[in-house]
Amino acid sequence: MSHRLIDVRHIANLARLELSDEEVDLFQPQLEGILLHVEALAKLDITSIEPTAHPAQMFGRMRPDVPQESLPPAIVLHNAPDQGQGQIRVPKVVQA
Amino acid sequence: MTWSLLTKAQNPRASGNLQKERTDLGIKHSGIKSNYSPMSITRLRQQLRSGETTPAAILHQLEGEIAARDPLTGAYLSRDLKVALAEAESIDLTLPLGGIPVAIKDNINVRGQACTCGSRFLVENYQSPYDATVVGKLRAAGAIPFGRMNLDEFAMGSSTENSALQITRNPHDSARIPGGSSGGSAAAVADLTAIAALGSDTGGSIRQPASHCGVVGLKPTYGRVSRYGLVAFASSLDQIGPITRTVEDAALILQAIAGFDLADSTSLDVPVPDYLATLNEGVRGLRLGVPKEYFGDGIDTGVRKNVEAAIQKLADQGAEIVAITLPHTEHAVATYYVIAPAEASSNLSRFDGIRYGHRAANPADIPDLYKKSREQGFGPEVKRRIILGTYVLSSGYYDAYYGRAQKVRTLIRQDFEEAFKKVDAIVSPVAPTPARRIGTFANDPLHEYLSDIFTLSANLAGIPGISVPCGLTDYDGGINLPVGLQILGPHLGEALLLRIAQTATISR
Repeated sequence: MSHRLIDVRHIANLARLELSDEEVDLFQPQLEGILLHVEALAKLDITSIEPTAHPAQMFGRMRPDVPQESLPPAIVLHNAPDQGQGQIRVPKVVQA
Repeated sequence: MTWSLLTKAQNPRASGNLQKERTDLGIKHSGIKSNYSPMSITRLRQQLRSGETTPAAILHQLEGEIAARDPLTGAYLSRDLKVALAEAESIDLTLPLGGIPVAIKDNINVRGQACTCGSRFLVENYQSPYDATVVGKLRAAGAIPFGRMNLDEFAMGSSTENSALQITRNPHDSARIPGGSSGGSAAAVADLTAIAALGSDTGGSIRQPASHCGVVGLKPTYGRVSRYGLVAFASSLDQIGPITRTVEDAALILQAIAGFDLADSTSLDVPVPDYLATLNEGVRGLRLGVPKEYFGDGIDTGVRKNVEAAIQKLADQGAEIVAITLPHTEHAVATYYVIAPAEASSNLSRFDGIRYGHRAANPADIPDLYKKSREQGFGPEVKRRIILGTYVLSSGYYDAYYGRAQKVRTLIRQDFEEAFKKVDAIVSPVAPTPARRIGTFANDPLHEYLSDIFTLSANLAGIPGISVPCGLTDYDGGINLPVGLQILGPHLGEALLLRIAQTATISR
């Protein structure tokens, strides 16, 4: 393993999370400590073990395809930080 | 004491007796000679049906208790007495929970109410557009949702210290944590400011605060209770359950909220048994497993003594005690802290500042809006877990961390499957120590994670678990701190757990 297990700022950027320098300094050793603990899992022989993604034995079952009433737009839009004309307003996405 | 909190006029709690009553709570509420409890749902239901009290009187009384003690305890984030009183007017008292107020952890949606998740991200402008399925089911059973309970931000933590909104203190010792993440729910039930509460349990978040506060907490089998309307933390681990003062009350709440739900594709389409019917059948002939890995060196002597005494009592009642092994226990923390953050990082991507919650002012562009909104809205523990989860899912590390953890999860699940071939249920401590002092693990997340060791495995395996008070002990300068006994059962073994828990509490 390299001297630095995780590039905190790079990973935070992947997660669309801005961090202050203080946060990077705080999280770097904490996360490395956690990852060092997690590395103990490497000791286990898992060659013929199936993964468990989910404890429920039936997963991904679909409900009947029957149209149902949806929430009214006014209720849905109510929580949007910025909205108008029945839509959520966001900064310009496509550059002219 | 035989005072009844909720008769029409009296307020029995003169403030001078508070500390004594609180101390008594851990011992007396389940009773040594009987299961009578003055504030149990069962008792209140009798009073409601006989006309001794009314739903409105109960709500007014609770409001008084909250005003008297919650400024110190800090369990409630919000409550709306007017709305609850309006709902109380049309309650059908013949329903199973008719007229009973139930406090709701603030990560479960109640239509028209705030749902902060203990986060700055949602505190500004979020109002639930719909009822979670559990809330709808509580209403259908006649209960009145009343009060929103503090929690670790997005249920990430085991102390409620990670709430961005306020501190919650343990009613048994205000210098100590109530546990978490359902710390507000457990503290209020212990503080007699709530009759019963809903919590959510992703790695122990119902059972551990119940243990620390001296109350009953049940995490049902994964899929037994619908998660629709619970703000998702780790979707393959989360489960909603009751926190109550008696085992019977936990059975009553579970009865109301359990069952199949088309809106949750992981809910189990299996009939719900009558949990009360078998509650008093005792433990004679049951085989109870004691896993050696749960009684190692790291456990406090007072916790060990009380838990061993509780197991002995169950043996005295006719249970057979069997030594068992859950050999992969030592890997549970590492496994959990890969899987839970991985799922959390994915689930929390919805908090982007677009559709609801916090949006940063004056962003340069869309990515800047996401990054700044999340930077400003999330607290440190949530950020740590998002980063950790993103890392273990990232290209080049996925197999080494997430893929491997999923396979170790299988080994942990198989440990339980093997154990349940030999025993009916497993008994253990809930946590290695009683409630620690507030601030103990500040900036030491790994040590906080390690204290979850006895509760995480049940979530990884999807099995049910219950915490019941089993005594009091002194710890780290604190006196008479509650200790919980954890009982784990096979899939859909809730009726069995409740029955064992009932025996454990009435035979004390």
